[in-house]
Amino acid sequence: MDSEARKSLSRDKLLWVYCHMTLIREFEERLKWLVETGVPTGPVHLYIGEEAVAVGVCAALDPTDWIASTHRGHGHCIAKGVDVRRMMAELYGKATGTNRGKGGSMHITDVSKGMLGVNPIVGIGVTHAVGAALSAKVRRSGQVAAAFFGDGAASTGAVHEAMNLAAIWLLPVVFVCENNLYAQATPVEYAVSAKSIADRATAYDMPGIRVDGQDVFAVWEAADAAVRRARSGQGPTLIECKTYRYYGHHQGDNPLRYRTAEEEETARARDCIERFRAQVLREKLLDASDLEAIDDRNRALLEEAVKFAESSPLPAPEELYTNVYVSERG
Amino acid sequence: MTTGVNTKMRELTCSQAINEAIRQEMRRDPTVIIMGEDIAGAAGRAHLGLVDAWGGSLRVTRGLITEFGPERVIDTPISEMGFVGAAIGAAMTGLRPIVEIMFVDLIGCCYDQIMNQAAKMHYMMGGQINLPIIIRIPYGTHGKCLSYGGGAAAQHSQTLYSVLAHIPGLKVVVPSTAYNAKGLTIAAIRDNGPVVMMEHKFLGFAGKGTVPEDSYTVPIGRAEVVRNGKDVTLCGIGRMTHVCIEAAEQLAINGVSAEVVDVMTLAPLDESTILQSVMKTRRLVVVDEDTPTASMARDIAARIADTGFDWLDAPVKIVTAPDTPVPFAGVLEGNYTPQPAKVVAVVRGLLG
Repeated sequence: MDSEARKSLSRDKLLWVYCHMTLIREFEERLKWLVETGVPTGPVHLYIGEEAVAVGVCAALDPTDWIASTHRGHGHCIAKGVDVRRMMAELYGKATGTNRGKGGSMHITDVSKGMLGVNPIVGIGVTHAVGAALSAKVRRSGQVAAAFFGDGAASTGAVHEAMNLAAIWLLPVVFVCENNLYAQATPVEYAVSAKSIADRATAYDMPGIRVDGQDVFAVWEAADAAVRRARSGQGPTLIECKTYRYYGHHQGDNPLRYRTAEEEETARARDCIERFRAQVLREKLLDASDLEAIDDRNRALLEEAVKFAESSPLPAPEELYTNVYVSERG
Repeated sequence: MTTGVNTKMRELTCSQAINEAIRQEMRRDPTVIIMGEDIAGAAGRAHLGLVDAWGGSLRVTRGLITEFGPERVIDTPISEMGFVGAAIGAAMTGLRPIVEIMFVDLIGCCYDQIMNQAAKMHYMMGGQINLPIIIRIPYGTHGKCLSYGGGAAAQHSQTLYSVLAHIPGLKVVVPSTAYNAKGLTIAAIRDNGPVVMMEHKFLGFAGKGTVPEDSYTVPIGRAEVVRNGKDVTLCGIGRMTHVCIEAAEQLAINGVSAEVVDVMTLAPLDESTILQSVMKTRRLVVVDEDTPTASMARDIAARIADTGFDWLDAPVKIVTAPDTPVPFAGVLEGNYTPQPAKVVAVVRGLLG
């Protein structure tokens, strides 16, 4: 997206993009601090550094569209509009959480927002997005599904089966590969045979696009084209977003055991939020005061989220036994 | 057991009964779709007049594509992980998919979707979603003691339902007659959660029975006494119910009165119907085509040994396949599969 194209974007949408990228960052930094101070959130996989991917893709989606997520899913949830208070309450294992305290970080779901689930079985969520797209096609609802997955998931059979199904059935789905260069501690250049994951789209006769995942405008532009293509019945697209996670695979993992400090520094110098901020100020698309107001609001919202989580009730003991089976249809 | 009865009765096979159930539900509810490998066959070849070439491995789905079209009767590539996942995603977003897995031996290719995804989603998402998906899976041995040749061997003849019933959140049903096959299919399609239906390969064509034309349900979670007796309870699952009935007939010749309970739903198990029968007969033999370690047979036996202890006059016995893979040769497979004679011998042992 060039500067002319950026000028045509609405101010509200630009504010939305900044607000959601920074809200994810604020949420994750706050969460990291909470975990470090001993809040028992269970395993968490921080999204910091990759915000432009979730926000760029969700900027192209309608509220009624769907996404399926990965184990590193907090960013996807926030970008799709899930309430951070209920997310935080879920991490605290509280009854007011998105999943009533029965899921935790690796299962956060809010179907009312089109968020079909964080999913820690790597690659599996992609098949569910394909199913949602099948549902949209059969019901002729005009909805689109986006499937997030990592470079690690790119090696799973589930992802390849899902891509083939979506391609033969021309389903309205967008495959979004977040290539952050590492599947836990395994580097992508070791684990992936292709030069680019996007190249694999050729095998399924769909467009494969590689974008800079640290540039929210680039992600947004590619996602927008893919979503239009999907919605008009032309089938799936694969977008590979090259990105970077600033911290370890999960909170507590020391990534310097498998990558270098120089590499981390280089990646951080291309921070997606700093880049967006510099761009919109330089091109006078937004004012510094707009951005500061959002920063203040996000901080207050996170304060509130933590208070909400801390003050919420624990699940009642009998919740252990509820929702095992779905009740019969009337 | 029925929720609607029509006097018009016909003789149907299990496969025909399930076909009719699916057809009636697809007519009633446009959100019901069906998908699987070769459930129609010759997909995309309608212009050559080759549509509906196959109808699934048991021919259960034959003719459905002609009535409902390829948008709702969806042939899939050989991608169990992919299409069971797609069915789950579709079930989360407004459809009621029926998925056919060609044989239970293939669940290894999609076990994650069944045991980690479908079974647990409603619970781990805090009850916010329904997951109306039915997974239909043919299972079982030929078991006919052929003098030569045989069945489909170790990777196409297993039973394996215990590894499904083991997972909390899954309902697992095993019909044994054309009548309960139709009723359980309709109940499963209308259920808002995941249901696995195990269809015995050799009941599909052989198990002819009387079936009402009208739509009806057989409730999930209920066992049924299918033959009354007073000396021993024989508890059967799927085709083994017929083995129990045959054994009961042989026992009757010698004056032994055997009651037969058809389990029909493995999870949630209707322990009370089995217990009621045992309270009357004071003896129990569970007959299961699956291998015995960590099996439904042992589970039922253990439960009744616990709750029925005060009523039992003899140890609870099981008749199952041995802990071996399914062999190919007919003479071996015949010994692998529980036969009525074995059940009769075990009962005689109990009665002394």
